[in-house]
Amino acid sequence: MILAEVSQVDPWIAICSLITVAITVAMGFWSAGKSKNAGDFFVAGRSVSVGWNASAISGEYLSAASFMGVAGMVMATGYDALWYPVCYACGYLFLLLFIAGPLRRFGAYTIPDFAEGRYDSPVFRKIAVCFVLFIGFFYTMPQMKGAGTTLSYIFPDLPYWVGVAVVGAVITLNVSLGGMKGITLVQAFQYWLKVFAITLPIFILASVVGHYEHHLDANKTAFETTAPNTSQIERKVLPAKAPKDEQWIAPFGKLTTKAVDASIAAAPTPEAKATIEANKKPYSLLYTYSLIIALVCGTAGLPHILVRFYTNPDGVAAKRTTMWVMILIGVFYVFPPVYGVIGRSLTPELYDAVGAKGTDKVVLELPTLLAGKNYPLLGSILSGITCAGAFAAFMSTFSGLLVSMTSALAHDVYGRMLKPDSTPEQRLTAFKWAAVIIGAVAIGLGTQVEALEINFMVGQAFAIAAASYFPLLFMSVWWRGMTMKGAATGMLVGGLSALVAISLTSISDVANAAAKKLPEAERAAYWADHWISKCIADYWVVHPLARILCEQPAIWAVPLSITLMIVVSKLTARQIPGDIRMKMLVLHAPEALGLKQEYIKEQEGLGH
Amino acid sequence: MSSDPIHTDGFLARLMRDQLKLSITCALFFVTALIALPLLNYFQPEWMAQRVAGFTLTWLILGVLFFPFVWIISFCFIKKSIALENAEAAAAKDSQNK
Repeated sequence: MILAEVSQVDPWIAICSLITVAITVAMGFWSAGKSKNAGDFFVAGRSVSVGWNASAISGEYLSAASFMGVAGMVMATGYDALWYPVCYACGYLFLLLFIAGPLRRFGAYTIPDFAEGRYDSPVFRKIAVCFVLFIGFFYTMPQMKGAGTTLSYIFPDLPYWVGVAVVGAVITLNVSLGGMKGITLVQAFQYWLKVFAITLPIFILASVVGHYEHHLDANKTAFETTAPNTSQIERKVLPAKAPKDEQWIAPFGKLTTKAVDASIAAAPTPEAKATIEANKKPYSLLYTYSLIIALVCGTAGLPHILVRFYTNPDGVAAKRTTMWVMILIGVFYVFPPVYGVIGRSLTPELYDAVGAKGTDKVVLELPTLLAGKNYPLLGSILSGITCAGAFAAFMSTFSGLLVSMTSALAHDVYGRMLKPDSTPEQRLTAFKWAAVIIGAVAIGLGTQVEALEINFMVGQAFAIAAASYFPLLFMSVWWRGMTMKGAATGMLVGGLSALVAISLTSISDVANAAAKKLPEAERAAYWADHWISKCIADYWVVHPLARILCEQPAIWAVPLSITLMIVVSKLTARQIPGDIRMKMLVLHAPEALGLKQEYIKEQEGLGH
Repeated sequence: MSSDPIHTDGFLARLMRDQLKLSITCALFFVTALIALPLLNYFQPEWMAQRVAGFTLTWLILGVLFFPFVWIISFCFIKKSIALENAEAAAAKDSQNK
């Protein structure tokens, strides 16, 4: 019995994954000896070199969604999914242009530090801490889901929750041992592992089964009259569930037209169908723009990315780091779509499966095709390498999130609120305990989300960050008229309304998916029990535009948040901090002038 | 300290204006591209679907060429912004010493 179970496991895949985990843990232990004081734990002593830091940020950023989700989504929906990698990368440019430099000059440990420092308000610090934890947990759930599904791909008999618990425990141990400095090394290593794991298999594979452009050329566009060119490659027959060529390769495909297609299908008369059909293309354009705003602004607002700017020795280094991050992640993001395109030609059977067994698996599955081309050993080894890359992906992102959330809990909640007079040693102990607590909560949440899609959950986190943190940071840095009340109102209303809108769509989607699994006869009873979801789902069918605006809320939530900030700040203009000119100088003046030291001295002189 | 030229509203306003001008100029290039590409796909679908070395034109732009384009913008921005900071620091120190 046990032997039969073990024989299902490909030894190469298991070995490569184990080595990845072993190196991660070993590096954590090794750097644990080197991280001594609180600074090392929270911001790596602020002295990580540009190369290390850039690799570490990139390693942290390329999550399970980037490694597996993008390839799967390109395969499932085609051209529109390309916006994801492009905007993930472009978001960094926004960060570099408007936020990275000033934030670094201000010199605070965390976002809550910035919130309090900029507005002199301990209350605002508490609100900001809650938001760090809130967005953080949203973003850890998809990583946990990635961990659970990859482990159950490697060990087919392992229950989903065991994978989540094992990976979560390993990372938590690592973070509590080494803190920020420990994970900087681990994440830098994991970036290079991920690049290696995504490029090497695809180069070898493409040289055997045909290149990117040949596979793309095999898809006929709506404007071509001749048969597609398949002379260079082999192409399997697409199942009925797969999108058609001309829809897949062109913009405004399945991803952006889902809501309108559903209401066309439900429309009673041909005239009604034609009326909705006329709106299809404008609505997809709207969906595309809203997606772009969410991804670009969301990147600039993710708390675990922002905290890394503080680990640079100075503002010039912070800018150089961002430049390198953009190059590193840009190079990476060219490759996942290649897996999606080749997967469409060679593994179309994935279209018929759902969830973890569906197109999300294409990165892990594709290298095994080499086994059928007389390279059985090579296929196993390369599949093992991509599995190791997947491991590195969710492990590094989860470590980064864990550090920023643990910092919020240990530095802000414990060090500032509960015990302001604690010694550095006590704070260090608090950091370790906070890591264990947050890790346990994240594992608990992770076991509950097996039914939800990885990419969907990541999208939620991005849209909420785009409507809350991004307006807060952008406006606080560039407008001296901001008040605490304006900032808090805009951040909370923007973030929460985006959350509510997205939750409305996910409630009806989850219920829809559950109902589809039931036999026809039981569906009526199911919908009677879930009448709220039924009401929402029925509403979407009649109002596809409302559905699009709730699924992708950034296009209205970001302007709403910024408008609220301006209006409320104008109304409370008397509460602008008294030393606003000095604060703005610290944010914008070159560090060579040494204004920060001057500012700190003044604050101490006032008895702070 | 109030006579210090660094601590005047004029200095801060100039500082923020110059920096924002540089950031917005660079942002215009990439925001224009992000707005224009969906519009081109919308109004000129046939032109964007023409084949370039196997890719469709729009796939080549979004899947490959966009990344180097972003690198160029950020490289220019970093060069200019470091130069700007150095000039500001030098000017401020100069006026302090007078």
